Amino acid sequence: MRLGAAIAKGVKLLVGIVVAILWRRPRERAERLPEIESPTLEREVTGGAGATLTVVAMLVAAALALAGFTVLYIVLPDTQALGLTIGLGLVLLGVALAVAGKAVVPQEQAESDYHDFGDELERTAIEHEVRESGEGVTRRGLLLAAGGAAAAAGGAAVIVPLASLGPNPPSPPFSTPWGPGRKVVDAEGTAITADEIEEGSMVLGFPDGVEDKSVFGASILVVRLPVAELELPPGREAGAPEGILAFSRICPHAGCAISMYRHPVFAPTAPGPALVCPCHYSTFDPRRGGALEFGPAGRPLPQLPLRLDERRELEAAGDFYEMVGPSYGGVRQDVPGDAS
Amino acid sequence: MSRGRRRFWIVASVLLGLAAIVSAVAADHPATAAPGASAEAPPADSVIVQQGRRLFEQGCSDCHGFDAKGIAGVAPDLHGVGAISADFYLRTGRMPLDDPHDEPLRSDSPYDQGEIAALVAYVGSLGGPGVPPAIDTAGADVARGQELFTENCAGCHQVVGQGGIMPGAVAPDLRASTPLDVAEAVDVGPYVMPTFKRLTDDDVADIAAYVTYTHDPEDRGGWGIGHIGPIPEGMVAWLLAGAALLIAIRLIGERTTR
Repeated sequence: MRLGAAIAKGVKLLVGIVVAILWRRPRERAERLPEIESPTLEREVTGGAGATLTVVAMLVAAALALAGFTVLYIVLPDTQALGLTIGLGLVLLGVALAVAGKAVVPQEQAESDYHDFGDELERTAIEHEVRESGEGVTRRGLLLAAGGAAAAAGGAAVIVPLASLGPNPPSPPFSTPWGPGRKVVDAEGTAITADEIEEGSMVLGFPDGVEDKSVFGASILVVRLPVAELELPPGREAGAPEGILAFSRICPHAGCAISMYRHPVFAPTAPGPALVCPCHYSTFDPRRGGALEFGPAGRPLPQLPLRLDERRELEAAGDFYEMVGPSYGGVRQDVPGDAS
Repeated sequence: MSRGRRRFWIVASVLLGLAAIVSAVAADHPATAAPGASAEAPPADSVIVQQGRRLFEQGCSDCHGFDAKGIAGVAPDLHGVGAISADFYLRTGRMPLDDPHDEPLRSDSPYDQGEIAALVAYVGSLGGPGVPPAIDTAGADVARGQELFTENCAGCHQVVGQGGIMPGAVAPDLRASTPLDVAEAVDVGPYVMPTFKRLTDDDVADIAAYVTYTHDPEDRGGWGIGHIGPIPEGMVAWLLAGAALLIAIRLIGERTTR
């Protein structure tokens, strides 16, 4: 198998790199570098066994904390514990690097003129400086191993949460539990009769037989308006028996719950009936089949066709006329047959 | 202390005590008499209804018409709205309204308790539901009330009950609302508020108990910063975080003395 062979080769290469990093012996420094005149004013080689061990201990602790993040993410995804481990790991890593910078590598003060970018002399000087910075550092392998462990654990802590991006959306993406003959019930599961929906009242409805009320598209709002006032899009008259209308509670703008119903006691001196989303005040006119009256939503509030059974209980006559759920950016669509 | 002075103090304290009792009784009287006590509507020819009719003709007939049948385009017919509506609108000062196109909002009523009772009796005599009995929130379930409030009321009034806005209208702050106000509003649906007649009396009592709870909610502790929302919290965060950053910069940074 060519693919298997390629993977095996890649793994071998990775192991080789890791071994080379971890077990590289310190070479003689600056063997091929030309000696240049160093502008150093003051130089102090600080490296000591104590400081190195401190840094190693902190790197190991950081590695443990960061690995702990990965383990907790898989075993016990508690956000407090996750925050604690990754926070602790990053703080330890930062302190370890700061201590290493202050107490393990040589400290020096220098002055030099500005050079053009890419200046040969400057590059040589920097290479020189990098080589020299290893001076006096003991237990190089141990230090590199601890650093490598912390880096590996940190890398895993960054990559593992990608699993939280979630499962693939179901297909078709926006199917709802509603369909022909599905009874409309209240939060307690009691059927709602046509006579309980008075003009001016707002009733929350759910599909019968669906345990989980948070199922996508389940929740609806039922209102009643005088049949004479309705200006529904063509073909929807049958879905509003006696002027009873049902709408999805998911705002087609950003998906907030439509929870405001405006119904005037005395129409001439008050604003007309409307379903309103409390997040961005998208306002929908129930008389016109949920057409947008005001606000940022790009399409009408999806209406659910209703019918009455022989006991005058409400049931769905089909699925929603439009797609339920929030819209992607820039989606704009008017009610079919609506001129405005 | 002389004898005369002592007698003066005794008399004064007795008088003060009597005054306190009288005022307590006087204050208690309308509060118990106004809501619910007169569940039976007084007959149309009773004195209180006639007094209410006179007050109505003086104060309300401009918009609602002399016979309370309303004026097209100005104000609605009051036949059949019931004493419950009149009690809600008048007791909370939502009526009378300066301009019929204004939104009725809670205000100080120009009428005293007796005048309101008379007007309520008159509107009640035109038919419709009576004032509901006093709401007992003693045995109500505040947690269930919060659930029902969140489901039905919080969209407009906010979960903390402090009101909000909607296009074309204001959802009022409920911090001055009594349990009876809540029960009446749920049934009447004043101005553009919908009615919630599927709620049972127990549901309404629970909701009223929750609304009462929001007037003085239990303090969860912590640093409230006046409980006025995210803006002071953001300010404090910036000030504290800014100070912490300055300290960190001062500690990390080095001064070159050259």
